[in-house]
Amino acid sequence: MSNATSLNAAAGEPLKFHQETEHHPENGTLLGFWLYLMSDCLIFACLFAVYGVLGRSYAGGPTGAEVFELPLVALNTSLLLLSSITYGFAMLEMQRKRVNGTLVWLAITGLLGAGFIGIELYEFGHLIAEGNGPQRSAFLSSFFTLVGTHGLHVSCGIIWLITLMVQVKRKGLIAANKRRLWCLSMFWHFLDVVWIGVFSFVYLMGVLP
Amino acid sequence: MSAHTDVHAGHGDHGHHGGDEHHDDGIGHVSLKGYAIGFVLAVILTAVPFALVMSGGLKDPSATAFVILGFAAVQIVVHMVYFLHMNAKSEGGWNMLALIFTAVLVLITLSGSIWVMYHLNHNMMPALMDPRNLP
Repeated sequence: MSNATSLNAAAGEPLKFHQETEHHPENGTLLGFWLYLMSDCLIFACLFAVYGVLGRSYAGGPTGAEVFELPLVALNTSLLLLSSITYGFAMLEMQRKRVNGTLVWLAITGLLGAGFIGIELYEFGHLIAEGNGPQRSAFLSSFFTLVGTHGLHVSCGIIWLITLMVQVKRKGLIAANKRRLWCLSMFWHFLDVVWIGVFSFVYLMGVLP
Repeated sequence: MSAHTDVHAGHGDHGHHGGDEHHDDGIGHVSLKGYAIGFVLAVILTAVPFALVMSGGLKDPSATAFVILGFAAVQIVVHMVYFLHMNAKSEGGWNMLALIFTAVLVLITLSGSIWVMYHLNHNMMPALMDPRNLP
């Protein structure tokens, strides 16, 4: 009996301690993910700086005005902007605890993202086929690096989105999945913010004389 | 025996705590109104610079560039507020602090690189390589 009492005391102490610290980190994941996004932002800042320095070094090759097709860029921009609002609709459906609505809006977001990547790959293929690949000039090297890094991020976002759709389908809108949807929401909208910089600084300013 | 019940009770309490339905509010709250306002503003702020450049732009290219950059800066703020739900209070202000710190670093990186490289190009111009100008 005395053995049982000492066990009780021994087991009781750490449990109490455990409970007191349990509620402390409420959602450290979101803050941590935000810090990751900020460090990702620095990567893009460096690439923007490289483009800012080399963007007018054509080495006798084509200029931005000659290679950029603004209607295509406008289409791409609208696709990404639309995918931002559709992801917002997915978050609203998540808040209303509707699994199917969330999945439908996530799927639409993924398709818009895939359309964006498709158009970008078409643009890149077109440039390379005409001999204006990244090896042509410093301008094109920095252009391909900056826009390609952004496209790589969007592609990873689409893979993440598909993974999350499977998880939501299987487990429903549990707390862990909601947290993941929030993280992807920040990632997706962050990429849209970076794209604002790309279409303004690279494309629109690139075609100016 | 009593140890067993105690442990069990502890687990029950822990399970209840892990269920944290009410903690979801700490994650954040989104509204249709916020997304709608953000989207309309973003469309306007995107369409105007595109229309400006595709219609030939202003007479002065550098004025056009300033307009484009101005619209981009405003649109970034709009996205931050309405889509990324940034405010001074989220995560006890740490989000905003990290953002400000990053913004400072981005500013230093961008302006510093362009400034230094411009002067490097300027000072390495072939005309200045004339032996008479060298020390």
